[in-house]
Amino acid sequence: MDETNSLIQIKGLRDGLLVSLSDASWDEQLAVLISRVDAQPSFFQGARLALDVSSQVLHVDELVDLRDKLSERGISLWAVISESPTTEQTSQLLGLATRISKPRPQESRKFAVDDLGEGTALFIERTLRSGTRIEFAGHVVVLGDVNPGAEIVARGNIIIWGRLRGVAHAGAKNDRETVVCALDLSPMQLRIADETLSAIVPRSKPTPQLARIDEKGKLLVENWSAG
Amino acid sequence: MTAQIITITSGKGGVGKTTAVANLAVALAANGSKVVCIDGDIGLRNLDVILGLENRIVYDIVDVIEGRCRLKQAMIRDKKISNLYLIPAAQARDKNAVSASDMNRLAKDLRSECDYVLIDSPAGIERGFKNAIAAADRVIVVTNPEVSAVRDADRVIGILEAEGKGPASLILNRLNPAMVKKNDMLSADDVLDLLAIELIGIVPEDEGVIVGSNRGTPVSTDPKSRAGQAFRNIARRITGEDVPFLDLDKSGSLWERIQKLAGR
Repeated sequence: MDETNSLIQIKGLRDGLLVSLSDASWDEQLAVLISRVDAQPSFFQGARLALDVSSQVLHVDELVDLRDKLSERGISLWAVISESPTTEQTSQLLGLATRISKPRPQESRKFAVDDLGEGTALFIERTLRSGTRIEFAGHVVVLGDVNPGAEIVARGNIIIWGRLRGVAHAGAKNDRETVVCALDLSPMQLRIADETLSAIVPRSKPTPQLARIDEKGKLLVENWSAG
Repeated sequence: MTAQIITITSGKGGVGKTTAVANLAVALAANGSKVVCIDGDIGLRNLDVILGLENRIVYDIVDVIEGRCRLKQAMIRDKKISNLYLIPAAQARDKNAVSASDMNRLAKDLRSECDYVLIDSPAGIERGFKNAIAAADRVIVVTNPEVSAVRDADRVIGILEAEGKGPASLILNRLNPAMVKKNDMLSADDVLDLLAIELIGIVPEDEGVIVGSNRGTPVSTDPKSRAGQAFRNIARRITGEDVPFLDLDKSGSLWERIQKLAGR
């Protein structure tokens, strides 16, 4: 294999092709990928392609550009697998899968949150619309609404400065000490560890509320007031 | 001329995208703009039927893209309004016959030809939808006051934001003020509360819309129709005019009083 080819690896899966990138620059790898495709158009024509970008952080315009370039060549990009939460979110926003049927080895899927201590949180400053799924191995803070059809799964607490109307799952690794709170807590479904509450009906005058598991092991929702 | 390219989309099917495109195109053209509408629903074309141009189709969008005809040959001139054109979808092909860059090329060629290009998006969020929004300067999302339609609109708005096509505007179609009043239907406020985008028009439920679509004469050509008036107002808002949502001093009809009660 010559040097350019070692930048990216292409292998066949049961349901398409998997392209694995290295840590070289995005532009460089993109160019290599496109030239590989152009060298063997008949091989790639009509292929379903999953992309493993390792720890690269990719933004919307880069992924859109890639998707369009591939689609012009008759290739459909259906999944982007990444270790970076930013890239995962971007892919989800574009409606791309972030998992493929053959999962990556467990070690590499975990981002190194455990080493960062208890304060690790993902801060999201926008409204999560239907179809968005946020998964994070720490706390999740949203400044905005979580609309019906959106989903947050956090290993730690979930704090919503806005309306929670989608699905929230705190303490996803069975941590019963976690809480979910929101200015308007009206989720489609709320889970803490393995306890579930479904459909809290929106009230006309919402007050901030906090959901937690009490001493008896019951998931309850209580009003929150300052002081 | 430098055309503005507007894509009408919704996520969910059957909420009135094609009807909205036909009516807005007719209303914009009636005000003197040169309008080209493109049916982006390759394989399930409808816009030609609603505009009553079905029997004039010779070439379609795929013929243009694949070079079997010139752009002008595929532009069908409307039977009544001479500055309204339709580029029909191909019926015997599917969405894969067109790519996002094909749409961009087509849009580039049309920009110098007219004032507005209206693209009718297919339902869904797959390739056909991606093609339809590829060239858009502006996107209008159509929804109905139904939970499922609003959910899909929310998803589509999220995708538009992610693709840098936002902020979209909203048409709330088929609102029934009597049902809203009885709390049997989501109100405009309920929908806007969730979607949080600019409202460009509310179209009331109106049987005339179906009659117009079946006859190939969109309801916005009927001066007496309420829905037609709503579409004409939206067309004026698209051109930048500030049109009030409720024209109280006009007549104070029963309908307008109901609208007022509904909060608009």
